[in-house]
Amino acid sequence: MLQIKNLHVSVQGKEIINGLNLEVKAGEIHAIMGPNGTGKSTLASVIAGNTNYEVTQGEITYNGKNLLELPIEDRAREGIFLGFQYPVEIPGVSMTNFMRTALDEIRQYRGQEPLSAGAFLKYMKEKKELVELQDKLNNRSVNEGFSGGEKKKNEIFQMAMLEPQLAILDETDSGLDIDALRIVAQGVNKLKSADNATIVITHYQRLLDYIIPDFVHVMYEGRIVKTGDKSLALELEEKGYDWIKEELKA
Amino acid sequence: MTKKAITIGNELKTSLLQKFDEVQMEMLGKEPLFIRSSRQESAQLFELLGFPTVELETWRKTNLKSFLEKTYDLEFEAQSGNEQDNSILQCEINQFDTDLFTQYNGKWIGEASQLRIYPNGTIVGSLSAAIQQYPQLMEPYFGKLANNSLHGLVALNTALFDEGYFIYVPDGVDHTRSLQMVNIINSKQNIFTNTRNLVILGKNARLRLVHCDDSMDFQHSFINNVTEIQLAEGSNMEYYKLQNKDDSTAIMTTTFVNQHRDSAFNSNTIVLNGGMVRNDTQVVLAGKGADAQVVGLFLMDRKQFVDNHVFIDHAVANCTSNQLFKGIVDEEARAVFNGHTLVRKDAQQTIAYQSNNNIQLTDTSKIDSHPFLEIYADDVKCSHGATVGQLKTNALFYLMQRGICERNARMLLMVAFVGQIVDRISLPNLRTSINELVRKRLKGELSSCEQCSIQCADPDKPLHFEIDMSLV
Amino acid sequence: MAQNEQDIIGEVTSSDYKYGFVSDIETETIAKGLSEEVVRIISAKKNEPEWLLDFRLKAYRKWVSMEAPDWAHLNIPPIDFQEIIYYAAPKKKAELTSLDEVDPELIETFNKLGINLEEQKILAGVAVDAVIDSVSVKTTFTDTLSKLGIIFMSFSEAVQHHPDLVKKYLGTVVPASDNYFAALNSAVFSDGSFCYIPKGVRSPVELSTYFRINAANTGQFERTLIVADEGAYVSYLEGCTAPQRDENQLHAAIVEIIAHRNGEVKYSTVQNWYPGNKDGLGGIFNFVTKRGMCEGDYSKISWTQVETGSAITWKYPSCVLKGDYSVGEFYSVAVTNNHQQADTGSKMVHLGKNTKSTIISKGISAGKSNNSYRGLVRINPKATNSRNFSQCDSLLLGDQCGAHTFPYIETSNASSIVEHEATTSKISDEQLFYCMQRGINTEKAIGLIVNGYAKEVLNQLPMEFAVEAQKLLSISLEGSVG
Repeated sequence: MLQIKNLHVSVQGKEIINGLNLEVKAGEIHAIMGPNGTGKSTLASVIAGNTNYEVTQGEITYNGKNLLELPIEDRAREGIFLGFQYPVEIPGVSMTNFMRTALDEIRQYRGQEPLSAGAFLKYMKEKKELVELQDKLNNRSVNEGFSGGEKKKNEIFQMAMLEPQLAILDETDSGLDIDALRIVAQGVNKLKSADNATIVITHYQRLLDYIIPDFVHVMYEGRIVKTGDKSLALELEEKGYDWIKEELKA
Repeated sequence: MTKKAITIGNELKTSLLQKFDEVQMEMLGKEPLFIRSSRQESAQLFELLGFPTVELETWRKTNLKSFLEKTYDLEFEAQSGNEQDNSILQCEINQFDTDLFTQYNGKWIGEASQLRIYPNGTIVGSLSAAIQQYPQLMEPYFGKLANNSLHGLVALNTALFDEGYFIYVPDGVDHTRSLQMVNIINSKQNIFTNTRNLVILGKNARLRLVHCDDSMDFQHSFINNVTEIQLAEGSNMEYYKLQNKDDSTAIMTTTFVNQHRDSAFNSNTIVLNGGMVRNDTQVVLAGKGADAQVVGLFLMDRKQFVDNHVFIDHAVANCTSNQLFKGIVDEEARAVFNGHTLVRKDAQQTIAYQSNNNIQLTDTSKIDSHPFLEIYADDVKCSHGATVGQLKTNALFYLMQRGICERNARMLLMVAFVGQIVDRISLPNLRTSINELVRKRLKGELSSCEQCSIQCADPDKPLHFEIDMSLV
Repeated sequence: MAQNEQDIIGEVTSSDYKYGFVSDIETETIAKGLSEEVVRIISAKKNEPEWLLDFRLKAYRKWVSMEAPDWAHLNIPPIDFQEIIYYAAPKKKAELTSLDEVDPELIETFNKLGINLEEQKILAGVAVDAVIDSVSVKTTFTDTLSKLGIIFMSFSEAVQHHPDLVKKYLGTVVPASDNYFAALNSAVFSDGSFCYIPKGVRSPVELSTYFRINAANTGQFERTLIVADEGAYVSYLEGCTAPQRDENQLHAAIVEIIAHRNGEVKYSTVQNWYPGNKDGLGGIFNFVTKRGMCEGDYSKISWTQVETGSAITWKYPSCVLKGDYSVGEFYSVAVTNNHQQADTGSKMVHLGKNTKSTIISKGISAGKSNNSYRGLVRINPKATNSRNFSQCDSLLLGDQCGAHTFPYIETSNASSIVEHEATTSKISDEQLFYCMQRGINTEKAIGLIVNGYAKEVLNQLPMEFAVEAQKLLSISLEGSVG
């Protein structure tokens, strides 16, 4: 589904990712771990098409298409969803209006009829239950005045609404208490199918107790330096990252 | 300090003063003394002040030069034209349930020139009719709320006004039905109009007033409007001003508001289009507990110009005021905001806010923001803020990541930006239709009032009507 | 409590200006009045080259054609420019090589001011240029500085020793025609400081000028010119005091700063001219034009001012951000008490790309004074990605004073962001009560709160100045709350 080859990315002349390779197939869950500032969030932003980052070298293909040529919104319409680490507050834009606009545009892209107002609201209600999101949030502006937990739940809710093929969850677990973490993880698991894939970016192994990854990658200095299965996450939890740094030096 | 001699607009000034002499002769004995003498005094004042020029601090950014050098038809010669059909002229804001009063070129036509008197005692209609029928109601306020020396245009208006509207709401009356005043300018010549309005609210009276200015022609008309508003103790007025003028028109409005104890003034000025727009709002909070909310929205593009001046005078203690202006400026347009809050020495416990937020879309557009505070009392809460910026790129990214195309994402953010102003409109139908107008405006689909059947948005399309001034 | 505070106001507002002494120094003055002849005399006395006399004469002719500005929120009594003496100098012959040669009265004066030249140069490592009644009397540390190629001397000396440098930069940032008082200064300036930091040199000491008006009926018109060449850095301090006199005295100075590529100049002022007595009699009229030109890319100019003195202050230290990525800063605390009037602020003109400016202004009004912030932020069409942040707060102590804010924001660029915010407040009874409940008396509490309020700005000052400024704030204001 997603192939990244020899990716190099810089921001304002500074190289953040240098020579990253990654392949994700349908039905898989990948976890990306690693210390702060190693380029995990940069990778997520680049896949989603954030123009603040400059891809200087390498390629990303998604379902056979050259992803780097697609504008941000087309990537989203092709099924790439980014769960933001810091969801942006957008005053004055109501959640309902926001989701309706997004869903309509995605459906149109896919050649589907837009949903009627009634059908849309029913659909929204259904999806909201998945993440136990309160009704009152509908009339609020996007993320404005949401608590940290609500913001993250809201990301998973939007993911449920838009039914992406590839979901990238950037530190979705950070700042969540154990109940919110459970709800978010359950949401992700329920949305999981044989046709879609998930990339989970996290610092902590605890999220991986709920979302069982097929692969765990360790990112360090802009590259994936080690790949393993779930047990690698446990090992990192136990021993930290220093031993990997040692291994690299050796 | 001696200022350079003001020469701009001298020819126009001379012809206006000539016109004044004629009017003076004509009206001799027809108007009550207080009107005649205020005309006389103001004419002298105008002769002295001339037109406001950029030499004046408060007019530094509003350059009227190109308009003052044009020739105007001051006579409004009666023109023969098609049969009047009021129905096609209704600038109907979508199903907005109001009592509509329409002026053409600043004048009343036919039956409309009669005053309408409601069962609750409210009087609405032609100012000149009111001068004849209700001089005693007008005398305490007419020409007295306005500061004729504020600038030459006010003096000129007081000297030379010919029509406008008069609204009187008696003590204790809540005039529940909204009034809508529409002034449509349509002429083959450049015309110069001096329209004058007077609104008087009695004690605990309440009024919702919508004032629309539209223009249909593509002439360089000059509209010089002065409105005086008297708000007695406990009265409440909602005042919506909708301006949608073509690019060749200059519209100068000056509004004087005098607020007594516990009165509330809520004004919302929405400028959708206009070649040269200047709105001066001067509020005196003269009684304790008075509240003034002066807000506005402007959406300018092409070479349009808007200058919103607000002066709020906290003359006594315990009053509150708020100025909030937001705008989006595109292409080569220019927007000026000039807010001035004065808190006088004994005006303790004042709460006054001032805010001006702008989105600048091009390097060829220009934004000037001057939020001024002048404070002489210490126990006050006063603050102001001004910003100039763009649509937030992280918000754009977020929206686009959800599959929304850039154009729509920008639209969503712009509508959200101006939403703060539109949402303050308390009349639901008006809010809905203004919202719709704003959306259309932002999409570039609106260059004139949407519901207007004349469709002057298309200058190539011939106009269906002509105002028959012989009916005036 | 209010009664108590009122008492304290009375007590403190009558407190004396501690720099109000007059030194008995023999002074050489010329006849009062201003004419082309006077301009020629000043130039001749200073043995100036022809080009400088031309510069002065052009400025004078310009000045004659100009009118005093009336746009500020100030009530300026008419100034009779023919009643002012335009040149006054301590009589001892200039050419001093060591402090021993300086008139003992003069040394005493500086001691009273708290600037013992000798001590200061050793202890604080600050190089001092002292300008008394328009003439520079002593510049310390010249030798140390000259080893690094740093030129720091009186303006007159610089005209003699480095005429090319002076000619190259003089009037390039503040042209003589800039404004009424700039024209006047350009015509009659008598001395000041000149400072040039060569390429790549960071001045190891802080350079400092102390200005003192001593003689009666004189005006002080000094001129400071600071140039930081590529990659150079200097921190410059300016302090000023004047004797207590019943008539008003005029101070019309110009400061010009040029920062080349990667150059940085930090200019700090503690302005403590005599403010007049509590009835508004006497005091200095302070009309100053200060402007910096960020000429090169990545250059930076930072103004910090603590304004407590003068009867009238008219002053807008500004930055023209011409180089790409250049930075301008303005930090100000302005205190007015009794009948003082201040109209002060900054101008930030963004011309280059990615330029950045910050304005932090804290106004404090007490007594019957008026304190206005007036500032301009202009973003030109080519200044892409520029940013300005301004915060202008006012604090009112008592209900007889005024605090005003007049920002002007003018932008013509679609990728720049300008933000201005301001608040007006007073010291709350709750704050005072809280302090007093902890055993702090009202006077101290006000001092604490005001210093806290001004902290953002005071933090920008070099250490030795910060201490002085804090004391000055307390002296100017103690207890003057209502």
